[in-house]
Amino acid sequence: MSSRRSPHGASAAPRRRRRSPLPYGLVAPAALMELLIHIVPMILGVWIAFLALTQFSIANWVGAPFVWLDNFVAGLDPAGAIGSQFYGALGRTLVFTLVVVAFSWALGMFAAVLLTSRFRGNGWLRTLFLVPYALPSYVGTIAWAFMFNQRDGVVNRILVEDLGILDEGPFWLLGGNAFWVIVVVTVWQFWPFAFLMLLAALQSIPGDVYEAAALDGASLWKQFTRITLPMVRHANVVLLLILGLWIFNQFNVPYVLFGPASPEEATLVSPLIYQQSFNNWNFGVGGAMSVLLLLALLVASAFYIRLVMPKERSIDD
Amino acid sequence: MKTTTRWTAGLGATALTALSLTGCSSDGGSDGGRIVYWASNQGTSITQDEEILAESIARFTEATGVEVQLEVIPWTDLYNRILTAVSSGEGPDVLNIGNTWAVSLQSSGAFLPWEGEALEAIGGEGRFVASSWATGGADGQVPASVPLYGLAYSMYYNTAMFEEAGIAEPPATWEEFVETAKTLTVDTDGDGRIDQWGAALAGSSITGNAHAAFIRGLQNGGALYDADGDPDFANDGVVAGVDQWIQLMGEDGVVSPSNAELLNGSEIVAEFIDGNAAMFFDQAPGKTLDAAGMEDYAAAPMPMVTADATGLEGTQSHVAGINVSVFENADDPEAAIDFVAHLTSDEEQRYLNDAFTSLPVVTEAYDDPAFQSDEIALKQQILSEHAQPMPLYPTEGQMETLVGTAIKDLFARIAQGGTVTEDDVREALEDAAAQMPSS
Repeated sequence: MSSRRSPHGASAAPRRRRRSPLPYGLVAPAALMELLIHIVPMILGVWIAFLALTQFSIANWVGAPFVWLDNFVAGLDPAGAIGSQFYGALGRTLVFTLVVVAFSWALGMFAAVLLTSRFRGNGWLRTLFLVPYALPSYVGTIAWAFMFNQRDGVVNRILVEDLGILDEGPFWLLGGNAFWVIVVVTVWQFWPFAFLMLLAALQSIPGDVYEAAALDGASLWKQFTRITLPMVRHANVVLLLILGLWIFNQFNVPYVLFGPASPEEATLVSPLIYQQSFNNWNFGVGGAMSVLLLLALLVASAFYIRLVMPKERSIDD
Repeated sequence: MKTTTRWTAGLGATALTALSLTGCSSDGGSDGGRIVYWASNQGTSITQDEEILAESIARFTEATGVEVQLEVIPWTDLYNRILTAVSSGEGPDVLNIGNTWAVSLQSSGAFLPWEGEALEAIGGEGRFVASSWATGGADGQVPASVPLYGLAYSMYYNTAMFEEAGIAEPPATWEEFVETAKTLTVDTDGDGRIDQWGAALAGSSITGNAHAAFIRGLQNGGALYDADGDPDFANDGVVAGVDQWIQLMGEDGVVSPSNAELLNGSEIVAEFIDGNAAMFFDQAPGKTLDAAGMEDYAAAPMPMVTADATGLEGTQSHVAGINVSVFENADDPEAAIDFVAHLTSDEEQRYLNDAFTSLPVVTEAYDDPAFQSDEIALKQQILSEHAQPMPLYPTEGQMETLVGTAIKDLFARIAQGGTVTEDDVREALEDAAAQMPSS
């Protein structure tokens, strides 16, 4: 990106050009789309959270009764049937997010470091690593569902018949194991993205930095921790934020694996909101949970950005 | 790039965006001679449905000049599509619904009530099978849907396996059913593992479990709603019924634990076809069984607690089936009503139910040779003497979700080696009841 600023801060462009409406015209389609696809539904979602919106009122949802904070109370009351589920799912989703982000990042980093060195088959591997990211999520997850099937799945076949580690094939899609299945499938889906972002970041590090370090006798590990990590820090900050948000809101994988009702031990927040809204037709409560989730994510993201965004941003601006 | 060119590009992009946005409006509404029809998936595939319905639609268009734009929607999407249509007011003119949703959807007020001229147009209530007509809406209210296809649960069993085990008659009582299932649960190849189970069921099917709770509950003298219409899932009758259902996999050990993972009915039929199970309960598996070349099977009534039970305790099925509704805001309600009259006419009832192996919902159609088989006669008798509509309350849908999920979790516990007692069943059902919305 070339900067159009002169060193003294005077504008290089003549005044007349600055007034041109063209930029607005160019931004308008995207702005309109953003408004229609994001902003308006979000405002509607917040509004729905204050309505008693059920199958009785959905036909005339604009006129659904306004119930103030009732939905939030139902969603947040730890003693209530819905509230207790919400807290359980929230805690589980936090753990899930931490585990999946950690594994996705570690795998992505490992693969990116591996592929920055030139060797035969490098291009092939790069393509292969991106397959999970390129596959439609639904297709990949269905394949995992077959693989984890208790009786006929390849996972149990390997564990029981081929390796003989277990006598009896465990259930992967029921009970506690289901949590680890969504972890595995989600990591499989997201690590290529981490790999791609990190590979791009690594390729911007000049090679002579490593050469100099090697001459000074720095071990590979030292080179990684003292050069690689600091140099990809900016990419990491953004990557971890995006991964965290995506994975926290994970819906497809549990929905495809378990259908509309996940096992309790594997119920994440997004599928729970779906259950409240579309299985129990309690759209108000679903909306309230979504709003709470949005606020929590906003606060967490803001906190994270304050914490890790380098202060030297002022130099760039 | 000259300024004018850039201007043109900018405007072009804006115009294109605007066009693409207007281009994705809903396909709802009819324009004079055209109506939109959403059909549920009844056959073995969407394509098969389209082919079967296209014939019927062609006859309608020929007679009335009204064109019908058909969309067959998979069951997994149908309810959400309907809710979206209800909330946006942009939907089809005519649509199929699972009849257990009739009361919930009726309470939304979005569907045309079948009274007056509309009722006359379809020939009045008297043409229809009484138990099917009763599913059209809440008790004492004008129905918001009319029956289209009738279905009922019965028991299907592998005649070859029965013969081999020396069992002459299908079991008539639940106790006999469990005994028979135990006899048929065997390790056929001597490797120490059971590979033929007495029965198959879909432990993860929410609706299948809810139907079982309803039927087994009534047989044991308990209903899911009390006389005031309040949810009552944990009464002794329902608890006993659900306990019988889940102990098939638990104490009785006649259902493979792997069945806890099965999500829908088609997977049970596959178990039966593969010879993994000797018996199962289903509504209309005939097409699938025939397509797989399966001949050694027969249908029998679902076993009851006592062989001669009558009334509510003699329930063998809910009044299953598909109803059809007209949107209140249809652009051309007359054409929509005419189309429903066409679908429920005697001739089309014969054609459609024969094609989908379901049961006609109008009494006249039963004279047709197509409906004289033993299985149809059996289903007809079940529907007229041994079937009750699922609870006709607006919260029925939530009940199915909560009860079905509770039973799914109990199966999961058993499958993973846990034991589930009658008290556990009661507790799970109490938890489900606590989550019911107040209606």
